[in-house]
Amino acid sequence: MTATPEDRLPDTATPRISRGVRLRFDEARETYMLLAPERAVKVDPIAAAILEEVDGTKTFAAIVDTLAAKYAAPREQIAGDARRMLVDLLDKRMLEIAP
Amino acid sequence: MNAPVVSPEPVKAVRRVPPPMAMLAELTHRCPLKCPYCSNPLEMVKRADELTTEEWTSVLRQAAAMGVLHVHFSGGEPAARRDLEDLVTVGREVGLYTNLITSGVGLTEARVKDLSARGLDHVQLSIQGTDSETADLVGGYRGGFDHKMKVAAWIGAEGLPLTVNAVMHRRNLHKVRETIHLAVELGARRIEIANTQIHGWAVKNRAALLPTRAMVDACTAVVMEERERLKGTLVIDYVPPDHHSIYPKACMGGWGRVGINIEPNGKVLPCHAAATIPHLTFETVREKPLAWIWNESSSFNAYRGTDWMPEPCRSCERKTVDFGGCRCQAMAYAGDASATDPMCIKSPLRDTIRQLTEAESEVGEIPAYEYRTM
Repeated sequence: MTATPEDRLPDTATPRISRGVRLRFDEARETYMLLAPERAVKVDPIAAAILEEVDGTKTFAAIVDTLAAKYAAPREQIAGDARRMLVDLLDKRMLEIAP
Repeated sequence: MNAPVVSPEPVKAVRRVPPPMAMLAELTHRCPLKCPYCSNPLEMVKRADELTTEEWTSVLRQAAAMGVLHVHFSGGEPAARRDLEDLVTVGREVGLYTNLITSGVGLTEARVKDLSARGLDHVQLSIQGTDSETADLVGGYRGGFDHKMKVAAWIGAEGLPLTVNAVMHRRNLHKVRETIHLAVELGARRIEIANTQIHGWAVKNRAALLPTRAMVDACTAVVMEERERLKGTLVIDYVPPDHHSIYPKACMGGWGRVGINIEPNGKVLPCHAAATIPHLTFETVREKPLAWIWNESSSFNAYRGTDWMPEPCRSCERKTVDFGGCRCQAMAYAGDASATDPMCIKSPLRDTIRQLTEAESEVGEIPAYEYRTM
């Protein structure tokens, strides 16, 4: 019954950051933070790089392509890491799939 | 031989205090509801003493500059302030995440639209029950429940993220599943199921508010079940009542560690109940810069960190988990704000509390409420 990460976020889906969730650089703590209701999640540079590609227009596959080109890293590894992180944010309702 | 060495100026130790994450801005103590567990202090700030728009603007700027990330506009009922909208604008301008904690009473469709247009990030709407009869009895405000349902719809229509804030106690704890389902129906992304804290005004109604142990256990089981079932639909944050728990809650995430509270008159507190500790004096933003109060004031340093702790906290392995629990609760029950939180199993008062709790939360008629009025 449990949906796999690929079911939750297929290659063709377009993820977007939900309203009420904001990524910003926190000058005082010198780190990116993801701000959501009652939550402030420290975002490491890799996660920030992924989230910066989540613009509500690119599909998951396109996001992975962009990152693979930008960082010259194996596509498969990027897809795995990005999907794991984004599905976690879907569970936390910080991310949604654009219709 | 050598030139005399001029002794350098003594180096003053610089206190390194991490900045607060969140600021609770209690814009006013005025509120149309009369909840028997009202969290406003016993002595409320009068309207004439409230900070002006300009003063709040300065507080918001100072907070953002210090490193505060979230501002929670609260009260009382923050919608009772006509400048709520302007303060949201300022909050966004300085980069704060703006959250409105409201009963919904005082909000109109036009105001919700305006707040949304100004960039309000999130709304937290309280509900007192899942039907008008119960909810209006608890809030002491007829028509409150129906109005809240409308407010939730207006928030939804704007696409504003909504958290339902459900305060639970003896009269509604058995309805926790219905409460969660109502939150889903209202389109909330998140629900906060918070058991009433027995502080301040709530002490007068303790016997009417405390649930039985069996009610709490049943509630916890429902929450766990629904949390799993609603994964991806609704985030459930659950604060169980600590009168029935083993260890105290990490009150405020530690004194002077995460949060800063501003009362309507600008008095700055480490937690909204801190003024119940009589030997502490609190500065106001009218007298001192916010950053000085956070870093240097005696009130913020009184119970910060772990150095202040007596035994059994001092040698406890949980001292950096729950930070000794709640100082105000220690004050209320032990008469000593530095005592171990009386809800902790290691407190000598724990058994007395348990007996009191079990006697008062006996099954039977719920005593009539002593309502809170301004």
